[in-house]
Amino acid sequence: MPSIKALAQREEANARFTSGHTLCAGCAEPIVVRTVLNAIEEPVVAASPTGCLEVATSRFPGTAWNVPWVHVAFENAAAVISGVEAAYKALTKTGAVKKRIRFVVFGGDGGTYDIGLQALSGALERGHDFLYVCVNNEAYMNTGVQRSSATPACAAATTSPVGKAIPGKPQDRKDLTEIVVSHHVPYVAQAAVSHLVDLANKVERAMKYEGPKFINVLTTCPLGWRTPRDSAIVQSKLAVETRYWPLYEVVEGKYKINYKPKEHVPVEEWLKTQGRFRHLFRDPQGKERIAEFQAAVDRHWNDLLRKEQCLSGDEAGQG
Amino acid sequence: MRKVMTGHKAVAEAMRQIEPDVVAVYPITPQSEIAEYYAQYVHDGVVHSELVPVESEHSAMSACVGAAAAGARVMTATSSQGLALMVEVLYIAAGMRLPIVMALANRSLSAPINIHCDHADAYLARDAGAFQIFCESAQEAYDYTLIAQRVAEHDRVRIPGIVNLDGFTLTHTSQVVEPLEDEVAKKFVGPFQAVHPLLDVDHPVSWGTFAMPDYYFELKRAQQAAIEEAAGVFLEVQRAYASLTRRRYAGFIEPYRMDDAERAVVVMGSTAGTAKVAVDALREKGDKVGVLKVWLYRPFPYAEVAQALAKVRAVAILDRAFSFGALGALYSDVAAALAHSKLRPTLANYIYGLGGRDVTVDQILRAFAELKEARPETRLRYLGLRE
Repeated sequence: MPSIKALAQREEANARFTSGHTLCAGCAEPIVVRTVLNAIEEPVVAASPTGCLEVATSRFPGTAWNVPWVHVAFENAAAVISGVEAAYKALTKTGAVKKRIRFVVFGGDGGTYDIGLQALSGALERGHDFLYVCVNNEAYMNTGVQRSSATPACAAATTSPVGKAIPGKPQDRKDLTEIVVSHHVPYVAQAAVSHLVDLANKVERAMKYEGPKFINVLTTCPLGWRTPRDSAIVQSKLAVETRYWPLYEVVEGKYKINYKPKEHVPVEEWLKTQGRFRHLFRDPQGKERIAEFQAAVDRHWNDLLRKEQCLSGDEAGQG
Repeated sequence: MRKVMTGHKAVAEAMRQIEPDVVAVYPITPQSEIAEYYAQYVHDGVVHSELVPVESEHSAMSACVGAAAAGARVMTATSSQGLALMVEVLYIAAGMRLPIVMALANRSLSAPINIHCDHADAYLARDAGAFQIFCESAQEAYDYTLIAQRVAEHDRVRIPGIVNLDGFTLTHTSQVVEPLEDEVAKKFVGPFQAVHPLLDVDHPVSWGTFAMPDYYFELKRAQQAAIEEAAGVFLEVQRAYASLTRRRYAGFIEPYRMDDAERAVVVMGSTAGTAKVAVDALREKGDKVGVLKVWLYRPFPYAEVAQALAKVRAVAILDRAFSFGALGALYSDVAAALAHSKLRPTLANYIYGLGGRDVTVDQILRAFAELKEARPETRLRYLGLRE
């Protein structure tokens, strides 16, 4: 498994994603992109849907991508990579392409959970050999922090604002990771930008499999979450410690939780550090909403524990 | 060797001979048979193509763009609502200068939903940046599929191309078609030359980057230059094909009995055949009438259309779709073509054949009869409509 040092050495030898992009100060996205690209040894072709990452890395005539990269539109990155991968198969057959090449999509939550879900589902079902990395910052940050189906309940976004009648987003977030699991693809995982070695390990494990691979990476956004610019890693770490964002993987249908926090840290500890949840600590009904939020986190965590117990690779665990 | 086959089979045969690396396609009536024929070729192992049986037409064109940017020769096919869903990405394919050729089995657009022929789908993609060819017969659909591939991939062009064939009228009826021998067809189309392919990992490039006001205009101007180039390349390729096959293809338009014509109809697609029958009947009676069939709809051949119609007294332009709130799209093009002519025929615009409404010789005869009395006017007329 690659250590931080090994990743840094690969970065130094050949930076696959370079400086000069225009992502915001404190944005966690480039950390995810670098870590993923450095964790793959073979040549990579990358694709992105429209979004922060795409806009900030590809202003003509410049580019921050030092691997072949393609963007087409917002809702179709998984279909685009399907075409790239199909071309690779065909041209390998004819002998025109001889190298082993790997394919990676970096898509935001809007382009993955919402508008790109159909294309993603299609590509997963068809079994193309690619890794889809959802760079999930939980809202449409590129267009100005509008709510997506990845946005957590109660969070303030510009299309789920804190109003007198409705305080923030009324609905819970969609569980995309489990939707992908339901496609029975060889490798599915959740990771977080705070746990880079875990992320790199997951990429390395994923790339051992032929077929579709999916990693949902929690990626903090200081602008949208209304947090200090130097807090991206701390925020992500708290999301993991509070069990709001479990680090787990589903390898050939077998569940494994990669990190189980020893102490029970209430999710309130994470919520209170972010401007998008500030209203919860001012409203009279805030306490109730935080309790509901905690209940949802606990339910999800306990579900995951049960799945791990019932669907682990360990025979003894299969009660 | 002459064979009896449907328009769909003719297109599928041309595709088999072109043997694209990737075919991404989604079923829709009346296009589905092309997808089915091609799937059979792939599953029988007679082509090396990768079939991407996508979950929508949007993904069909998206996969085509990905595959073409990767360095593959790519084809698809669609119809109607499928093209409507695809059109966002068709614009992008053109902007990214990717030579993706597709058959369009022309069908009306909803609502009301209707599966039959008109040209609303082709008109929807009119400004997308793809060149468009209209076919009169299954033979033309076969021939122009081969021609379109070579035009699209020409290094002065490199834009998508659409080969239009009327839904059901051409796609599902059997006609005599004379395809080329496989080796002759393959040699005519030639090998595909990828430009800056994504799969050339030693020379990484970024495709589909974004352009701000400082570059966008120039990039779009370059795209206009590319589609203008497609006209000249179309003629070159058509000439090469004509000399190879001895078929009478010469130019963007096909004039039929136009030499001394005083009245004419301008049409696209299978209706040209119906119009020719009407013209033959009127010529028998001594009427000086003709048909101007448009093969190349985009880029529009303004000069050639103006020249062909310069000496005609009255012209009926037949549009098989509304351009709601305006006169017909083909009419507007023909009128623009004639705007600078000294001798201008009187023009009439007919909407006809919507949603598969039968197009009869009598309708065309009526248009010719009305042209005798034609006066300058700016209004729509209709053929085959109950009012």
